[in-house]
Amino acid sequence: MSLRSPLGRVLGAGSAKDGTGHWWAQRVSAVALIPLTLWFFWSLLLLPTLDYTTVHTWLSVPLSAFLAVLLVAVTAYHSYLGTNVVVEDYVHAHSAKLFLLLLLRFLYVLCGGAGIFAILRIALLNP
Amino acid sequence: MSLRTRPLSPHLGIYRWQIGNTLSILHRITGVALGAGLLALSFWLVSLAGGEDSYRTTARLFESPAGLVCLFGWTFSFLFHLFNGVRHLCWDIGRGFERTSRHASGWFAVLAALCATLATWAMLWHCGRL
Repeated sequence: MSLRSPLGRVLGAGSAKDGTGHWWAQRVSAVALIPLTLWFFWSLLLLPTLDYTTVHTWLSVPLSAFLAVLLVAVTAYHSYLGTNVVVEDYVHAHSAKLFLLLLLRFLYVLCGGAGIFAILRIALLNP
Repeated sequence: MSLRTRPLSPHLGIYRWQIGNTLSILHRITGVALGAGLLALSFWLVSLAGGEDSYRTTARLFESPAGLVCLFGWTFSFLFHLFNGVRHLCWDIGRGFERTSRHASGWFAVLAALCATLATWAMLWHCGRL
């Protein structure tokens, strides 16, 4: 016998049945971000200056560019997962929630894509 | 059919502020702040790819008082989110749930983040980078 109400069943309420994947993705990306963010933080601090030539030369090195691409990609993914949960928790009106979730998705792909494209341009079009 | 009145969880406002719930909320706030930080990071990278002039314009933006306040906030947000995130990962593998270790690790996360933030900016100032 089911304890769920008929209305709840029709509305498809109850467990979404896909929370575990989200939870795991959040943790795995978090673990990956520990070395990536520390590398980025230290690298910026250790650069003698942050002027154009210094930063550009640093990011033209294949290893720096590769790690920076990973950093932007994993950060965008991790942040997308996190802000999604924030919207799901605090925005209750269905239309506003759907709108914000879609907006976030577009924004993160745009932001992450622009960052990665910029790094590739610096690293691959090195004059 | 009529909708039943279902039990609701108590509103956030009734809880006493303690180290546990305060840091939980701070973890979210710093996470959202770091989301904005990613936007700034991409902006910075795009301006770097755009050449010397666009990079200098962006750099001037970050060097403005408002820009420096944001960078300081992002430094603390990053370090706190990192330390508290490790705390969360420890809980996820079933460690550190006892009351004393929970409180100790919480205080450690805030204080370590504060100290590391101040140390970072003190170092930048000391090296004449500000």
